[in-house]
Amino acid sequence: MNVLEVNNLKKYYATQKAVDDVSFTLAPGSIFGLLGPNGAGKTTLIRMITGIFYPDEGQILFNGKKFNPLNDVINIGYMPEERGLYKKMKIGEQAVYLSQLKGLDKATATQKVKEWFIKFEMQSWWNKKVEDLSKGMGQKLQFVITVLHQPKLIILDEPFSGLDPVNTNLIKDEIYNLAQNGSSIIFSTHRMEQVEEICDHIILMNKGQKILDGTVKGVKQQFKENLFSISFENLPAIANGISAFDIVGRQENGLVVKIKDGYKPNDVLQHFLQHQQSITAFNELLPSLNDIFIKLVEGTPLSRQFEKITA
Amino acid sequence: MNKTWIVAQREFLTRVRKKTFLLTTILLPLLIFGFYAMIIYFSIKGADDYKIALVDKANIFNNNIPSNDKEIIFEFSKEDTATLNRKVEKGTIDGYLLIPEDYKLLNNDTLELRSAKTVGLTTRGSIEKRINKLLEEKRFLLQNIPKEKLDSLRRDTEITYRGLNGNREQQSKAGISYAVGFISGFLIYIILFIYGTMVMRGVMEEKVNRIAEVIVSSVRPFQLMMGKIVGIGAVGLVQFIIWALLIIFLQVLLPFIFPGMTEQMQTQAQPGIGAGVQMAQSNSAMSTLMENISSINWPLILGSFIFYFLGGYLLYSSLFAAVGSAVNEDPQDAQSLVLPITMPIVFSIVIMMKAVNDPNSGLAVFGSLFPLTSPVVMMARIAHGVPEGVPLWQLLLSAVFLIIGFIGTTWVAAKIYRTGILLYGKKVTWKVMWKWAFRKS
Repeated sequence: MNVLEVNNLKKYYATQKAVDDVSFTLAPGSIFGLLGPNGAGKTTLIRMITGIFYPDEGQILFNGKKFNPLNDVINIGYMPEERGLYKKMKIGEQAVYLSQLKGLDKATATQKVKEWFIKFEMQSWWNKKVEDLSKGMGQKLQFVITVLHQPKLIILDEPFSGLDPVNTNLIKDEIYNLAQNGSSIIFSTHRMEQVEEICDHIILMNKGQKILDGTVKGVKQQFKENLFSISFENLPAIANGISAFDIVGRQENGLVVKIKDGYKPNDVLQHFLQHQQSITAFNELLPSLNDIFIKLVEGTPLSRQFEKITA
Repeated sequence: MNKTWIVAQREFLTRVRKKTFLLTTILLPLLIFGFYAMIIYFSIKGADDYKIALVDKANIFNNNIPSNDKEIIFEFSKEDTATLNRKVEKGTIDGYLLIPEDYKLLNNDTLELRSAKTVGLTTRGSIEKRINKLLEEKRFLLQNIPKEKLDSLRRDTEITYRGLNGNREQQSKAGISYAVGFISGFLIYIILFIYGTMVMRGVMEEKVNRIAEVIVSSVRPFQLMMGKIVGIGAVGLVQFIIWALLIIFLQVLLPFIFPGMTEQMQTQAQPGIGAGVQMAQSNSAMSTLMENISSINWPLILGSFIFYFLGGYLLYSSLFAAVGSAVNEDPQDAQSLVLPITMPIVFSIVIMMKAVNDPNSGLAVFGSLFPLTSPVVMMARIAHGVPEGVPLWQLLLSAVFLIIGFIGTTWVAAKIYRTGILLYGKKVTWKVMWKWAFRKS
């Protein structure tokens, strides 16, 4: 059963269709990338899933049942992009307080906070105030607060901004860990290399609509341009009039070729083998998510324009 | 409800545990007390004496001035101006008053007082009053009216104020009602301001710190708002209880700190009259005062004070919360948005000043029923008692209106708050807030 099922969700503002008919499903234990340019409607979508906003239309099913914000928040951990903490409050107390708001009782909350602080080597922070923390330390604390109550659904909006590589890895490992233990994670970011590394499934939003949905591998396959790189012992002289492929680039000891429609990689290899070239490597070049993102979003204005909505 | 309670607890504890809370809670009453003590001290001590040499060349006073004034001391002198000038410079006298030989009592002649330093306004007043009184007596004497006769002519007639049923309404009770009404109305006015803005700043803090979204994902915005309001209200209540206890405690302590103060006050008041009579008089004055204080319906006052404190606080603090949620980083925005809220509070203190004098005037009745002004105005009327100051039906109606009022403002504020708390970077006006409050869904 899917942890989350979003059906035809809509949210219109006075001047924008913030979320326009978006549907997707989220399987248990999967890491799901929610991508899109600024103002694509990601935050609004997330706010509906977390129960902050009510959708105008559409349905959210949580664990197979209609989503009820009052009871289901205990199973959701949300780390918003605009996140902050009470500056003057002691860190330990603050973590306990926020966990209590999620629905944990005080004793459990205190115990969990302590466990996580030990795990992340933050024990000495307990009596410090948030204003004493650096941005990255604050981020770590935010993450702990988000996942502390072992939610089934974790939503992370730009979780790595401001973190150094060591702490990034620490949190990344923790994300894998949580997914392995059955939590589903929605991961919203602009950093495509992180998405490629972490996510199994992505959707791409633009102008409030879902324009892409699939696994990372599938999407890459979908957008491949039949590019291959071939390396040789000695770079061959290029003959004209090759029917199977075009040469689109050169590398040191190698070529980048684009296979024409109707031909297969074997045809390329055959061509060079026939010419007695010794091939050292042959790779398919798949587009990066970054390329796909830019390709799909290109042409839309850098920021969304305000328009009058009549719906 | 449970989460509202958790929020309220945090709001309460973080504020109560702050050092500033202890400071304001303990220090403020001490300051008030110190201020109080200082006023009493100075009023007992009085001003320095002002010594005037009277050069009575016209011999109007015949070397005889009854000495009963404490501030102005006259002594007769026949010395010439040069000697007097020297005396003034030396400081043995503060000035001298010249009554020229040709001075006629019945003419409107001016007199001249010479001094080295400028004479203060109050001292001038005292001198003029005293001299004029003395001269007036002399003038009456000139018309063959002796002082005794004059005193009997000048007697004031006392008016006793009674209700329609003939029951005596003591003059001093009205005075005490006035004081109680004024003080309690003013206290509520201050409470609304202090704790209202405290709620507003708390909401702004949450918005500016960007913690709102973190919290709102686990708590309904309404719960967050109500938790804050309840928590800060509890802080206010605790603070007031501590203040009240401290003030009572210090007042009990006062006679021990200044032993003999009361006696001194009494002897100082009218030194001319025999001490025994005076004591008796002040004792009876004291006992009527106590009698009047006990004649005020304290349970009613206290009960309604707490009711109007809570009602008014709930009504206004939710509005303050709504404004706080609409404000961006710029505190300047807050000022312009908060003005429409502070205006009725200020307005209510104006009505209260009138209501405390005339508890049954039309304006007072309106002010005490209208929920935005009733918390302040009604206190002024209640102090005069039920039904003299306010008929029971008006009191009940006002209470119902206030409850409806705060449910209404909380409902409106919650809608504004819900939208405003997550909105960044947009300058919000009252028009926009109105839209948030009254759009559907």
